[in-house]
Amino acid sequence: MTYDPSYVRGKSAIVGVADRVSPTGVLGIPDRVLEMQMIKEALDDAGLDISDVDGLCATGMMMPSMELAEHLGITPRWTNTTMTGGSSFEVHVQQAAAAIACGMAEVVVSVYAATPRAKGKGLGDMSQMMGMMDSKNPMPMVEWELPYANVMPAGAYALAASRHQAIYGTTSEQLAQIAVSTREWAGMNERARYRDPLTIQDVIDSPMVSTPLHRLDCCLVTDGAGAFVMTSAERAKDLKKKPVYVLGGGTAHDHAMMISQMPDITTTPGVISGRDAFKMAGIKPSDVDVLESYDSFTITVALSLEDLGFCEKGEAGAFVEDGKIGPGGSLPVNTNGGGLSFCHPGMYGMFLIVEAVRQVRGECDARQVPNANIAVAHGMGGVLSCASTVVLGSEDTL
Amino acid sequence: MSRMIMGTSPHAEPFWEATKEKKLLMQWCTTANKPVHYPRQLSPFTLEDTLEWRESTGRGEVYAITVVYKPSMPMAKVPYAVALVDLEEGARMMTEIVNCDPTEVKVGDKVQLAWDELPGGRHMPVFELA
Repeated sequence: MTYDPSYVRGKSAIVGVADRVSPTGVLGIPDRVLEMQMIKEALDDAGLDISDVDGLCATGMMMPSMELAEHLGITPRWTNTTMTGGSSFEVHVQQAAAAIACGMAEVVVSVYAATPRAKGKGLGDMSQMMGMMDSKNPMPMVEWELPYANVMPAGAYALAASRHQAIYGTTSEQLAQIAVSTREWAGMNERARYRDPLTIQDVIDSPMVSTPLHRLDCCLVTDGAGAFVMTSAERAKDLKKKPVYVLGGGTAHDHAMMISQMPDITTTPGVISGRDAFKMAGIKPSDVDVLESYDSFTITVALSLEDLGFCEKGEAGAFVEDGKIGPGGSLPVNTNGGGLSFCHPGMYGMFLIVEAVRQVRGECDARQVPNANIAVAHGMGGVLSCASTVVLGSEDTL
Repeated sequence: MSRMIMGTSPHAEPFWEATKEKKLLMQWCTTANKPVHYPRQLSPFTLEDTLEWRESTGRGEVYAITVVYKPSMPMAKVPYAVALVDLEEGARMMTEIVNCDPTEVKVGDKVQLAWDELPGGRHMPVFELA
């Protein structure tokens, strides 16, 4: 049997979304409460009730979907705890789409809440490493990379950026333009954490974290939460909002958290996830009206633009230089302000989905991309490790 | 600089023992005829124990480089150069480039093995510009 998920195309839709951020970056609400509030809001957005839910996706340690179902008092018949870091939610969309298409679940919810600011720690906090510290049987990361004190995760991306610059001549100014264009979008989103205009010089002048990445090449660390609800294309027709159909999906991963194990540090598994997702959807890059692309760092966007086929390998610097990924540009990217300016609680992929859905619905007010019929959400988990691409479309694209 | 070695694995014991004599051992899959790093119990090429230890020449080339200014760990002295080095045998490893101005290190630079002392007579493999 050859790989062909085309049967799943258009069989399901995202029918409800919700997200919660704070202008200060701090929410001050426990994660579990946020999860339940997001599920309620996303179900309300769809016009569905918690009693309709028969499929549940959750991330985290130790039986997360079971813990969540217990809190919700529901009995899902389909459960998903796929954890690929920041791209987890793109994977959830694809797996739920397949389950719904073959009748294994009818209403699936995926949820995420994280409050790194409320807990007073950064994403690279050492406490996250404590789980790895069995001195007699350490994780490979602890034994072979940690002793060199690479900054995690910024240092892994910095290594990729350094090679991209050396091999392809990409400049720090070109990478900075990604942060600048993203901030322009944030300026049009009143819920974004940072909205003041940014210049290339501001990025270059911000403190160096790990060459060639400056502070403003790096995503925020904020609290945040979100959820989405999916159901069959058939049931979606009768719900509150315009359905946003799942047209395509693809996922691929190679290494995990060790950047030294990445086969080619300037080519991500997005080459595979994007190719598969676009093939399933029956589209090419030029058909994409809006791209929500994981921006843990500016280099993450650059590599993704290349790997998804929006430009050739090595040409992302020149591609973004004229501001075409910003407002008014030919390829709107990260229209809510992204992880660089909107919010980033650690696994940003949920917010890619929520924004992509709102763009296709036409709910984005000032930052709305005109006639956004096809939106792509491209997640990246680990350190350029797990790419997952989802193609969403309006009814016209079916 | 003080290194954080929070544990070594039993199957990598030959690697760490050899560092006492400042020898860099690399695993080699004798079936695939390819190097394997980091050390495994079984070869990723055969999923069997087709591995043997071979000494590396310690010569390599900088594949990627970053100079750290804002470390995760407050005790680290900055700046320092973290690199991915491709050894001439074909293995890639994370390491530090030492004994130089870290900002001078470039992708493609030739490097050679050096050693940093660890407690217990062991050493950590680092590299310097060749």
